[in-house]
Order: sequence, then C-alpha cells, then structure tokens
Amino acid sequence: MNMNDSYRAGSHVGEDHPVGGVSPGRSLQQEIGGYLLGLALAAALTAVSFWATGTRSIYGPGVALALLVLAVAQMGIHLVFFLHITTAPDNSNNVLALAFGVLIVCLIVFGSVWVMNHLNHQMMSVSALVKLQT
Amino acid sequence: MWGRLSWQAIPFHEPIALIAGGFVFAALGALLVWVALKGYVPYLWREWITSVDHKRIGIMYVALALVMLLRGFSDALMMRAQQAVAFHAPGFLPPAHYDQIFTAHGTIMIFFVAMPFVIGLMNFVVPLQLGVRDVAFPTLNSVGFWLTAAGALLINVSLVVGEFARTGWLAFPPLSEITYSPGVGVDYYLWSLQISGIGTLMTGINMVTTILKVRAPGMSYMRMPIFCWTSLASSLLIVAAFPILTAALGMLLLDRYLGFHFFTNLAGGNSMMFMNLIWAWGHPEVYILALPAFGVFSEVVPTFSGKALFGRRSMVVATLAICILSFTVWLHHFFTMGAGGNVNGFFGVASMIIAVPTGVKVFNWLFTMYGGRIRYDSPMLWSIGFMVTFVIGGMTGVLLASPAADFLLHNSLFLVAHFHNVIIGAVLFGGFAGYTYWFPKAFGFRLDETLGKAAFWCWFIGFYVAFGPLYVLGLEGMTRRMQHYDRPEWHPWLLVAGAGALIILCGIALQVAQLVVSIRDRARLRDCTGDPWDGRSLEWATASPPPVFNFAVLPRVAGPEPLWDLKRRARELGHLVTAEPPYQPIEMPRNSATGFITAFLAVVTGFSLIWHIWWLVIVGLAGAYLTFVVFAWRDLVENIVPADEVAQLDRANRAARAATLGSGLLR
Amino acid sequence: MNTEALRAPPAAYPRHEAAKAVTASEATGHGIGGPAPKRIIVGYGFWIFLLSDVILFSALFAAYAVLFKNTAGGPSAQQLFDLRNVAVETGCLLASTFACAMASLAVSERSMKWTQLALLATGVLGVSFVLLEAHEFTGLIAQGAGPTRSAFLSSFFTLVGCHGAHVTAGLIWLGTMMAQFRAKGFREDIRLRFLCFTLFWHALDIIWVAIFSLVYLVGTLPPQMLP
Repeated sequence: MNMNDSYRAGSHVGEDHPVGGVSPGRSLQQEIGGYLLGLALAAALTAVSFWATGTRSIYGPGVALALLVLAVAQMGIHLVFFLHITTAPDNSNNVLALAFGVLIVCLIVFGSVWVMNHLNHQMMSVSALVKLQT
Repeated sequence: MWGRLSWQAIPFHEPIALIAGGFVFAALGALLVWVALKGYVPYLWREWITSVDHKRIGIMYVALALVMLLRGFSDALMMRAQQAVAFHAPGFLPPAHYDQIFTAHGTIMIFFVAMPFVIGLMNFVVPLQLGVRDVAFPTLNSVGFWLTAAGALLINVSLVVGEFARTGWLAFPPLSEITYSPGVGVDYYLWSLQISGIGTLMTGINMVTTILKVRAPGMSYMRMPIFCWTSLASSLLIVAAFPILTAALGMLLLDRYLGFHFFTNLAGGNSMMFMNLIWAWGHPEVYILALPAFGVFSEVVPTFSGKALFGRRSMVVATLAICILSFTVWLHHFFTMGAGGNVNGFFGVASMIIAVPTGVKVFNWLFTMYGGRIRYDSPMLWSIGFMVTFVIGGMTGVLLASPAADFLLHNSLFLVAHFHNVIIGAVLFGGFAGYTYWFPKAFGFRLDETLGKAAFWCWFIGFYVAFGPLYVLGLEGMTRRMQHYDRPEWHPWLLVAGAGALIILCGIALQVAQLVVSIRDRARLRDCTGDPWDGRSLEWATASPPPVFNFAVLPRVAGPEPLWDLKRRARELGHLVTAEPPYQPIEMPRNSATGFITAFLAVVTGFSLIWHIWWLVIVGLAGAYLTFVVFAWRDLVENIVPADEVAQLDRANRAARAATLGSGLLR
Repeated sequence: MNTEALRAPPAAYPRHEAAKAVTASEATGHGIGGPAPKRIIVGYGFWIFLLSDVILFSALFAAYAVLFKNTAGGPSAQQLFDLRNVAVETGCLLASTFACAMASLAVSERSMKWTQLALLATGVLGVSFVLLEAHEFTGLIAQGAGPTRSAFLSSFFTLVGCHGAHVTAGLIWLGTMMAQFRAKGFREDIRLRFLCFTLFWHALDIIWVAIFSLVYLVGTLPPQMLP
C-alpha cells in the first residue's frame, strides 16, 4: 500500500520506545521491576508528604512549600516511570508540549492568585460590601 | 415531564424575534423539503453529512460561518438602526430585546462566524499544504464540526423557544447569576458554548497532531508553509485556552443549577474571578482568530507579488512569540477592576510588547510586496485592506494598553471601534481573502472577480464609515450597549455609523450575488490545471477540486516553496520532467455518522438541560455513550481506492497540466 | 505544469531507498520521513488532550486557591478534612495505576487472562476510590458543609468532584475496554485505544497527587503555617 509505505518510512525510533508495554531489548522482568521502582518511589514520597503535615521537625511556614516540592517530585516520578516521558529525540515533541502545558498552568494558577490577591488587598470584597449595605 | 418548557416559552410578545426566527426556520424547513423532494438526501448523507474528508468538513465549516454571518450581521443592522433612531426616543427595540440582540451579535460573531471561518480554512488547507491525505483523526474532525453546528443550532433555537441572554457576549456575573437572570437565556448561552467548545477543542487537538506528526516526506519544520505555522500556533492556543473557558462556564453553570457560590455576591463568592478566568481564555482567543488570518495573508501576499515571503524565519518566530505572549496580557480587559499599580503596570507593558511581533509581521508583508510584480486580484485587495485597517486597529490597541488611558476609554464605543477594527480588519478580511483564494481549489472554478472587487470596496469603505464615528463617540464619552440616549452631539455620528452599516450590507449582498453568479458561470470560471493563481505551495500541486486522497503519490519536499521550485525547473527545461508514477491502491478512512449522531444527541441533551427535562438528559447521554461504543466496535475502518481509479483521476489532471505547459498560464 | 515530479520520487531515489536513507534520528515523526506511524499519532494526540485536561484542572485549582479563605463563616478546610480517608484513597489510586501498568505489560505479552485480571484489579481499586470519595462527600453534606455553604466549599467540591467524575468516566471506559479485548482480541486499534486509556489513568493519578498534597494536606495545616 502506498500510504503504508510512507508510514513505514517514518516509523523507526518511535516504534522502539512505546508508551507502555514491553520495549524491545528489555525483558518482562525488567519492565515489572521498573514499574515496581516507580510504585515504591511514589509511595515513599506520598508517605513523606503525609508525615510532613504532622511533624514538628520542619520549620512551620516551610511545610506548605515542602508539600509543593514533594508533589512536583512525585508528578515527575509518575511521568518518568508510568508515562515513560524521556529525553530521547522521539519524545521531544511530547516534552515540548508538556513544557508548554506547564507554562500555561503556572500562568493561570499563579497569575490568578497574584491578580486576585492584589484585588482583595486594594478593594473591598463584594461580600463585605453586601454586608455594609444591609 | 417537560421541565420548565411550556407554550409561554414562545415569545409572542416580541414580534420581531418571533418573525425573524419563524422566517429562519421556515426557510430552513423549505430547504429541507426541497432537498428531500429533489432526492438529494442520499447524496448529502453520503458525500457531506457522514463524510470524514477534511476538505468537505472544511467547506461545511466555512458554509456555517457564512450563514451565521448573515444572522450576526442582521443583529448588527438592528443595533445600528436602533441607535440611529433612539435619540430622545425609545426606538423600535424594547430594552429586553435590544439586550438580547447585542449579546447574540457578539456571541454569534465570535463563536459561530469567526471560529468556524478560520477553523474551516485550516481544515481545508493544512493537509493539502502539508502534502498528506487527511488530518490525524478524520472521524474526530467530523465530530468536532458537528458539535460546533449543534451549538449554532441551539443559539438559533433561542430565537423562537424562550429567550437569549441579556448579559453581553461574555455573560458576566453577578448579572448572569440565577438571581438576576432567572430565565433560560443565559442557559442557552452556556450550553451552546460548552457544546461548541468541546468541538473546537477536538479540532485543536487534531490540528496540532496533524501538523506535528503527519507531513509529507522531507517537510521539515522550516519548510512548512507559514499558514501551517500559524495554524499550529492557533491550535496550540485552542488546546491551552478552551479548557479555561469550559471551566469558567462550568462554574457559572454550577452556580446557576446547583446553587454553588463561585461568582455570587453571597457566601464568599467573587465575581471578579470569573472576569479573571474568562479573559485568561478571551485574550488568547483573539490570537486564535487572528493568527490563521495572518497565515492567509502570508500565503496570499507572496503569491500575488510573485516573490518568496520576506523573512520566513522571523515570521515563524513572531508567530510563536505571539502564541506565548498572548497568555500574559489578559488583565488589560479589566484594568479598571482596581488591582493596583503593579498588576496593571505589568499587564500594560506586556500588552504593548505583544504589538512588536505583530509589527514584525506587517513589515514582512510590506517587504514581500516591495519590488514584486503585484497582481491586484481580490485576495490581494483584501490583504492590502487588512494591512491598512489592522495597523490602525493595532495602534488604537496600544492606546488602550495604557492603563491610564484605559480608565477613560473602558467600555466606551472607542473600545468597540478598536476590537471591530482588529477583528473585522484581520479575521474577517483574512477569512474573505482565504475564501476567495482557495475557492477554486475547493470547487474547481473561481469566484467572479468584478463582483468580488466591488464587494471588497463596499466592505472596506463601509467599515470606515461605520466604525470611524464610534472612535469619536467613545472619546465623547458614549458607553457601549446603550438602548437610547439624549445627547444631541452623538446623534449625527450614529447616523453616519448607520449609513456605514448599510454600505457593508451592500458588500454582503454583492458577495451573495458573487457566489450565485459564479456558480451560474462556472464554465467560464473553470480552473482546469489546479493552479489558478500561479501558487507556490503544495495545495496547488493537485487537481481542483482535489481527489478524495489529495495526492496520488505523497510529494517529496526539498524546500519551503516546493511547487514554485518545480515550476521554475520546468520553465528552464521547457517540458515535463518525469514519467508517470507507479499508481498503487490507497486506503482512505470510511465515512461515519458518528459526528452527526453525536451532534443530534448534543442538541437534545443541551436543550433538555436548558429546560430542566432531566429524563431526556439521561436519554441523550446514554445515547452518546452507545454511539461511541458502536463506533468503537467497527471492524472495517478503511476503504481502498483501487489503483485504476487513482491512475484515472491523476492522469486526467496530468493531461490538463501538460496541455497548459506551453500556454500563458506558465507565467 | 510538471508537478508530477513532486508526486513521484525521482528514478534515482526510489521510495524504499529513501526510507533507508532517512537516519534514525530524523525519522521520529518530525516530518523528515513522512507521516508518523499510527501509534505515534494516536499517542501524541491523546497526550495533547491530556494537556488540555490538565489545564482545565489548573483553572479549577486557581479558583480553589483564590476562594480558599472565603468560608463565609462556615467550616474551614482544617475543620473538615479527614486525612485517614485521603490516605486510603491515595493508596487505592496508586495501586490502581500500578495494576493498569501491569495490564499494559500483559497486553504486550498477549495474555488475555492476565490482561483481564489486571484490568479487573484496576477497576476494583478505582471503584473503591470513587466510593470512598462519595462517602466523604455525603458525610460533608450531611454535616451542613455542602458545596452551597460557602465559596470555599463550592470550589473544593468542584475541584475534587471533577477529578472523581474523571475517574468514573475512566471506569466506564475501562469496562468497555475489557469487553472489547474479549470481543476483538489484541487487534491493533484496540491496543491503541488501550494505550490511550493507560495514559488517561496515569494522568488522573498525577492530578490526584496535586489534589491530595495541595488541597488536603496543605488544607489541614494550621492557619499560621499557611503562606
């Protein structure tokens, strides 16, 4: 088939690194081991997060930041071990798209918080205004 | 049984809306009856409704946009007429109806004219320019189109059943909350946009994947036509921005349906959060619309100047810069909410910075024309009209980007004039340029040039007559959305603006005439070669209209202007270079009714959600799930076009091209 | 015009040669080697969809962050959240995502028995998650802390509920997927669909990481420890 021919023409590297499933050159045991490692790391980070909320060994106001850092780390674990995002060339489009997505997420979340905090600081909140009127 | 729906929903007390709606649906019904009587239904079903061909879907998108343009423009005419007569007088539109009209005008023009127009052009052109057979997900493409059409249908149903929102085109809370808008108008607005928004998101995902993963051999990034680049940037913005719209409208829906308190005045709700989210979508949306239009001009200007595009690389960089920067300026839509100096300063500066890459583009187009042999066909006229108009609109935008100036001009007619200046000047002119430019590719004959040029001049002059006065009125302090007024100094300007709208009406009438005349005279306007404008990119390398598989053999690309390079070589050699390629059978995706059925169910579900008919909502959703299961259970997904048929279609086009080799067409 | 040269590769450069000439680093679906294989296209398209979904959640997160303190005199996060429940939910979802990964290995090994078993485990764990969340929500509503109580609770229920709705949709998809494997076997299109499902399921776990860390854990910190 004409179309199949041209599809095959561009199919090398991507085929070798499937997202999920056994990659050629790696045995089933190695694959399971990889997932187990990912599971263990994710579980450990989760445990640390839960521990951090109850402990007094971290500087109080730093706990929220620590939780954020732990969350980001665990997302990274998921991306690498379960979603198989790598730095290989066949992944560059995926990574670029991810970077774009992360940028937008940060702009929306931090931008909104910044803008709305400024507003709350400068202006009376609507509920306070309503209270004032009644 | 029927929720809130009763005979009271039919607006007998608003004769204008009822007559207009009745007329539209009568015309639609008559059309359907005519189609059925003529026996066209099987043809339409097979070739259009269930088609997953990107060309057919693109054409249907543009057709939807043009039909909805008529609806949106009739709203505009009514507003202009109302303001022309409502000096010290109530006018002919009562406030409740006038408010619905300006809301419908904005909603329809953005979501159901501008969006389908640019998406339609992207759909039709991008796979052809990339030298491939279809988009990445053909059936998803069909679903996306039909969902957009479903949203458009729901909005038009609001003409005759119930009412439309009276809140302005972005339905700002707290006005749009259930306390202040208890009717179904806002619900119509919200559900139509949610449904069509899902369709748009599907198209965005499809286009990003197509452009990044499905290209002809040899087409590296820097060899992609600029229209593909701008389509990529626009689609990325769709993927990044439309979920924000879905979320913001979803929160408003929860407020209205389940008594949540996101944007209410009670229980800690904050209506400014809605402005924040909706504009975080809204500003990228401006560029979602404008970037593909920029792409059209980047194709038209080199073709009609007979020169390669000046500064290709800077064009790409500017496109991507706009793609990112468009997400950093959203607050300039609400400088006046009082966020303070730091925030306003940041967003003001960012808004001015985004003018820089746009300016780069304008200079690139000008330098492309410089020293070229320019042909003033109507696509080129639209492009030049765009450059003049858009630069003026851009400069008024930079004025508004200064927070201090914005405090005076916010929500005045100056703002209205500014955004019409950029949206008509860029998106609509770009759409019309693309429509005229690619029409022969889609149908195999050109549009009539005389009528096309006349239409352009009416639009161009009409635009300035209609919107020039609005700048003056804005500076004189007239706010937008006024149903009546008593300032004598405003009246003459509003009369002039009304006259401008009438000139634009002439332009639209001429465009309708152009289409009718061109279909009638299609033999005279026939394009046999597939390359009517002496084009430079791959869409002109196949027949007009292209066969269903676009290219008998996928082209190999060795430069940014593959067709132009080939034609130059042919001119040097004076004959055809290669022999006939070995034809092989081609697999094409099968038709699917999934899109149409999904859209039907979406209309049913949306309508029953609006009217609180809960059992029908469940039926609709269950039907949607079943549709997808049936689709997923298919065993046969592709048809095979036999090699003979491929050969036959391609040979015909080869013969036509060979016949014109010695003629004047080889410029 | 002799555009047929565009359509046919020149004689000295036949198609199969061209395919070989493309070096491995180029032929990554980036356009040099022509259209990417279907697997790459489908995976990438779904990846883009996931990004859009993450952005949807980011808007809900932004609303939650902005409205967090607007309790309108009602209960605050610290008074409401039960971390034990959250820990069990987190365990369920993490185990479910691991089971889903096992299912993808079973699919590539073409073992129907293990595929169905792993998918069943994925589903049971997912259902437990949804039930736990439903239990938590009904408990909150019963004690007068429903979404209509305050803007904070509106945003909390929407954010967490949206994730729960995603998991529920994923479970419906999962059931359909199991039936499809049974009916159609390991056909290519079914495997591609399953690839999308695994991506979806793992992505939901990533979003849950953000929810349990930034909503539940940060929410239960005493006010003086909040930024």
